[in-house]
Formats: sequence, C-alpha cells, structure tokens
Amino acid sequence: MAMILNDEQNLLQQSAQDFSEKVATIENFRKLRDAKERYHDQALWKQVAELGWTGIIVPEGWGGSEFGYLGLGLVLQQLGRHLTPSPLFSTGFLAAEILMQAGSDAQKDQYLPKIVDGSSLFAFAHEEQIRHSIHQVTCRGEKVAAGYRLSGEKVFVVDGELADYFIISARTSGANGAEAGISLFVVDASQAGISKVQLTTVDSRNVANVTLDNVEVSSDCLLAEVDHAFPILQNVFDKAAILMAAEMLGAAEDVFERTIDYLKEREQFGVTIGSFQALKHRAADMFVELDIAKSVVREALSALDEGSDEVPQLASLAKTRLNDCLTLITNEGVQMHGGMGMTDEFDIGLYMKRSRVANQLFGDSNYHRDRFASLGGY
Amino acid sequence: MDELAEFKAEVREWLEVNCPPSMRTPMPEAEACWGGRNAKYKKPDSKLWMDRMASRGWTTPTWPKEYGGGGLTKKQNKILQRELGRINARPALQSFGIWMLGPALLQYGNETQKQQHLPKIVRGEIRWCQGYSEPGAGSDLAGLQTKATLTGDHYLVNGSKIWTSYANYADWIFCLVRTDPEASKHDGISFLLIDMDDPGVSTKPIQLISGVSPFCETFLEDVSVPKENLVGGLNKGWTVAKTLLQHERDMIGGIGGQGIKRKVEDYAKDYLGEVVGKLADPVLRDKLAQYNMDARAFKSQGSRFQAELKTGSAPGAISSAFKYYGSELNKRKYEILLECMGSQALGWEGEGFSNRELSTTREWLRSKANSIEGGTSEVQLNIIAKRILGLPD
Repeated sequence: MAMILNDEQNLLQQSAQDFSEKVATIENFRKLRDAKERYHDQALWKQVAELGWTGIIVPEGWGGSEFGYLGLGLVLQQLGRHLTPSPLFSTGFLAAEILMQAGSDAQKDQYLPKIVDGSSLFAFAHEEQIRHSIHQVTCRGEKVAAGYRLSGEKVFVVDGELADYFIISARTSGANGAEAGISLFVVDASQAGISKVQLTTVDSRNVANVTLDNVEVSSDCLLAEVDHAFPILQNVFDKAAILMAAEMLGAAEDVFERTIDYLKEREQFGVTIGSFQALKHRAADMFVELDIAKSVVREALSALDEGSDEVPQLASLAKTRLNDCLTLITNEGVQMHGGMGMTDEFDIGLYMKRSRVANQLFGDSNYHRDRFASLGGY
Repeated sequence: MDELAEFKAEVREWLEVNCPPSMRTPMPEAEACWGGRNAKYKKPDSKLWMDRMASRGWTTPTWPKEYGGGGLTKKQNKILQRELGRINARPALQSFGIWMLGPALLQYGNETQKQQHLPKIVRGEIRWCQGYSEPGAGSDLAGLQTKATLTGDHYLVNGSKIWTSYANYADWIFCLVRTDPEASKHDGISFLLIDMDDPGVSTKPIQLISGVSPFCETFLEDVSVPKENLVGGLNKGWTVAKTLLQHERDMIGGIGGQGIKRKVEDYAKDYLGEVVGKLADPVLRDKLAQYNMDARAFKSQGSRFQAELKTGSAPGAISSAFKYYGSELNKRKYEILLECMGSQALGWEGEGFSNRELSTTREWLRSKANSIEGGTSEVQLNIIAKRILGLPD
C-alpha cells in the first residue's frame, strides 16, 4: 500500500497545486459563477489538457500517461482545494474509464484521443432519481433495425450542458431494478431527440437534466455486451466514489486551514477566540477526522492502482468518510467564522455549497453505510 | 542465502527446539508471564520458555546486547515476531519494564543504571510498576505532590500514588516525585526508582465498577531511596515522563483495533436475527456499519502513521489523536454490543448468563477507563489543539 508519495507523484501534486493556486483560483470560479452562463472556462480546460491530466488514466497507446488513479486523485484533491470547476472528472475520468472498460478497439481509437487532447467533452447520463442508484434504470433501449432507440429521462447529469458526447445507460431488457438488462451507449450530443435543461445549482457548476425522445443510434454506439453493463457500472461507481472523495478531501483541508487561521486571528473579549476551550476541542476533533480522512483516501486510491479485492469496501468507506468529514468541517467552519462565515464575500460558504452536491454524487453516506453492511454480510 | 534468510532459518530451527509445545497454545490472561521476585508459574513451561528466550535476549529483541537484549535490527525483529506468530508462541515475558521503563532508561539512564536494571528486566527477575498519578493529580499530572527531600546521600520520599497497575505484585516502582517545591510545577519533578521491599512502601488493590482490577494505591511513608536512583537528572523528570506517556498512549490507542476478536456483527446476528441476509434491526445495522467503517478507517490511519514514522514525517503529538480516537472507538463498540445483547448484557455473575455474556459486560464497564487512563480524551484534545494546531493558551 503506497501511503507515502514517490517523487513523480510529488511532482504531479506540486504542479496541480501551482495550477490551482495561480490559474484556477477561487476568483476565477467567482467570475464564472457571476457570469451565469455555462460554468465553463475553455482556456482553463485547454491548460488542463496540456498539462496531461486528461490522459492520466489512459494508456500510452491512446496518448495518455497511464499514471494511475492515485495520480488523478492528487490532481482532483488540489482542484478541490480551490473549488476549480472543470470537466476533468466527467471527461478525463468517467468517460475515459467507461470507454477503457467497455469500448471496442474501434471505439477506443475513436474517442480516447479526443479525451486526451481535450477536444471533446463527455457527460455520463445515468441517474434517474433524486438519489444515487446503480440498478434503477428505466430509460429504454429498444432494439431496432439499424441499432437502438433510446427514450427516457436522465437527471442531474454533471457537465450535461457542455457535453459533445453522452454516455447513456439504458434498459435493454429486464425489469427496473434488475442487474441484468442494462446496457451502455456512447451518443453524439447533437443527435436528434436529445434535449437538455440546464440546472442552476447551489455550487454553480454544470448540471443538466437530459430527455431522450426516441433517439435512434446505430449499433456502433453500443458499449460492451448488450444487457451486461452492470458489473462495469459497479466498478466505475466505486472508482468514482473514491476519486470524488479525493476532491472532497482537498476542500476539507482548505476549509480546515482557513478556520484554524481564523481562530488564531479573530479577537473577542480581548483575546483570540482560538484560546477558548469550547472551540479548541472542536478544532482538535476536526483535525482527527481530517487526518483519518486523508489516510482513507490515500489507501483507497492505492487500492485502485493495485487492483485490490477490497475496492468496493474502500469505496464506500472513503465516500462516507469524506461526505461526513466535509459536512462537519464546512458546518463548523461557517459557525467558527461567525457572521462573516454567512457572507458571500467569504469563500467558506462556497465550500459548503459544493460539499452538499459532492455528497449526493455517487452515493450519500446512508447509501454507502447500507452497502458496506451488505458487503460485510450483515 | 542472504543474511536475513539465514537468520530466519536459524530462528525457525531454534524455536522448533526451544519453544515447548504447551507454549504454542492460546494464553489465558491468568497464565501470562510477568516475571518478578515472587512470580508464580501456573505452568512450569512458562518459566522455561521465558528463561530460554531471555538467554537469547529475545524477551527484548531490539535492546543492545551489552544489557542482555537481543541486539536485533528492526528487520531481524520483524522476522523473529513473524516466526513466533507462525507457531502461535505465547509472549515469553510481558512487563512494564519492557514496555515503559526500559526504553526510558535506554534514553535517559546513566551507564550504572542501565547495567543495574536492564538485564534484570530482560530476564524477568524484577517486575516493575509505574507511579505517576496521585489522588490529587490525575489529568493535571504535573501537579503531583509526592515529595522527595535530599538528606545526605538519600532521598526521603513521602506521598501516595494511585492507579499503579499490579503494584501488589511488583518489586520496584518508577515514580515521579517533587524534588523542588519552589520551581514551577513542570520544573520541580524528578524520575526516581524505588525498591518496593524498602520499609515504608505499601499497596492496596482498587476495586472498579467492572469488579476486580489490576489497579492499586501505593503509599510511600518516609521511604529512604539512594540518590543514585534518580534518572535523567535532578528536576528533569517531566521530560522522561512525557516520553513514557507517549509510549503508553500508543499502547492504549492500539486497543481501538483489538479487544474481542469475534466480529460485532456476529454477536448482532445471534441476538437480533436476520431477515433476508440483513440484520433484523435496521437502526442497529446502520450503527454497526458506521462503527465498522470507523474501525476500518482507524486501521488505515495506523498504516499511514507507520509509513510516515519511517520517513520521519509524523508529528509526535499524533499519538494523542490515536489515543483519543482509538479509545472512543472501543467504548462505542461495547455500547453497540450492549444494545445488541439486550437484557442478556446486564448480568453481573451466576446463572442465566453465559460466560461470554458476563465477560462482555465486564469488558463494557472496563472500557469506560480507556478514555481516562493515559490522559483523558479531553487532555488529548488539548494536546492536539496546542502542539499540532498551535492554538493559543
């Protein structure tokens, strides 16, 4: 288990830190938020691709660096620190991962280079309900002469508004809720019958609801074997949970540091408020939670690179841990900043808003505790 | 064959010959070997096994050979421990001398003190206990009042110590005593070694809410102690004590992952039943999942800490984080067990309860001390706030 970073990983982390401190700053994010159009900075995205992060998990044959999940996690952690909005998660991880697992050689040749060079953006349209679920898929994929006809509603599709391509899960057989009968398709977003409604969410990122109205796609769009996408989805969502936890860890670290700094500088009753034991103990408790969170994320990322059997457990563990840790730290952060924590001028509220969206993505803590228990056979 | 492989082969062969078969079985608490002048061995093989291991210095594998230790490198010790584990060998000797005093003497003792005390610890000839807390000095340990006054070449010691584990069986006690009542409280403390056979030393066991316990009170009345028995310099005892406390915290923090070996969910299944493969009580199931996740996460923190120790990047005060989280975790485990067991968790002794139920109940009560002994949870949080976060006083 790689609990300590090697030199290459340290370098990568450093370059991600420099980028998010100097280029992808919170000020930059505020500008995007206040412009209220598409929450996307094309120039920034171009730099992300130039830095090679779009290809971190992609094999060299398709232009990637195959640097591994720990590497991608380190980058996401730094971006999380500065609330950097970027399609890296949807395109550089979700789409790349699904295509690598489920794509034919032709599909990989067609799409992976576009992911690596940043020329195309992807979105993964899977969820249909207000809470994460892998097998609740009602969106239909009917077999027709030329291929498949897709119909249904997909909700809360991250980067849906931006996407040039969608990866869509649809039920090609079986009843809603069944594991068998789910298939995956990669579809051009401009295809007739696809409509999108952009949502405005608390975290000011790109999210859309997507309607599929008799979208006719050719058989070339089918990923993996028909009806058998469930195990792929399961594995992709485990990885997604761990990588999202890495992003959340960055946010938690930043809020924690800001809050401790504030406790040391804010004065009331003639003393710095950090001298009050009522706050010290809560600060120390947050430190312990955060220290454990760091360990869990690091172990889970290493487990992905090592292909460990414990990945499902560690995924649920990491996501729950970071959901709860970031919720705690953002809540306490706002409280300890007092009235200033409630103002839009202070960044801390932005982290709180992002944290709750991140909680929902790929399973909240209730979901993952239930799953962890099931994996443990009780 | 490289050196380590050679060492492994040698260890394996030696253990095969020297570890008696009866010492390769699970060890009941009552058969643990603590050594000492008055040691009683329930099984003669326990003594034999201790003596044989001590002859190699392997009761303290990494201590220097000149003091009777094994002189092993960390890697060699790892091999030895693995080989011992492989044959399920019982610990040949356990003692506060090995865990606490020895490391302190190696760091702070002078040559004479090391020569005098370490070999006897290695061979299990002297059993030590720890005299830190006092009735009036618990969390505020540095407020301790046991006085040691220099009269000629002896200290005259007066005071009382509490929570001195196994003092009623111990031969010597290492004590924190006040040698300068005028100095600020941390600067007037010294670390003193006292032979408990000396006149004026007496002990009294303490009964806990969980029943019989190893804890005692120890009384020191006009005890005369040679001044050579002062370790680490006059009024420098707090430095020695802090090092020792850190060892103790690591030990207690470790119980977060240990204790009863059976999984909590197996108890839960017995007492709650299952519906389609899930615990019948969904609320307790959720609590249990949270506990198991926290325990697994704590283990992860432990691995990272071990890795960071090797690179020297772990802050010393991180022990407080382990002690805090580990002890709270262990308490939570027993509360969940209690909830699972319902009224079967409420027996004190006698009929109507299985032995396992009765011991779980006692362990639940005992677990309450985890967040008190070795520094309370509140003290640990203070240490984290001050030393790691740098929050002002």
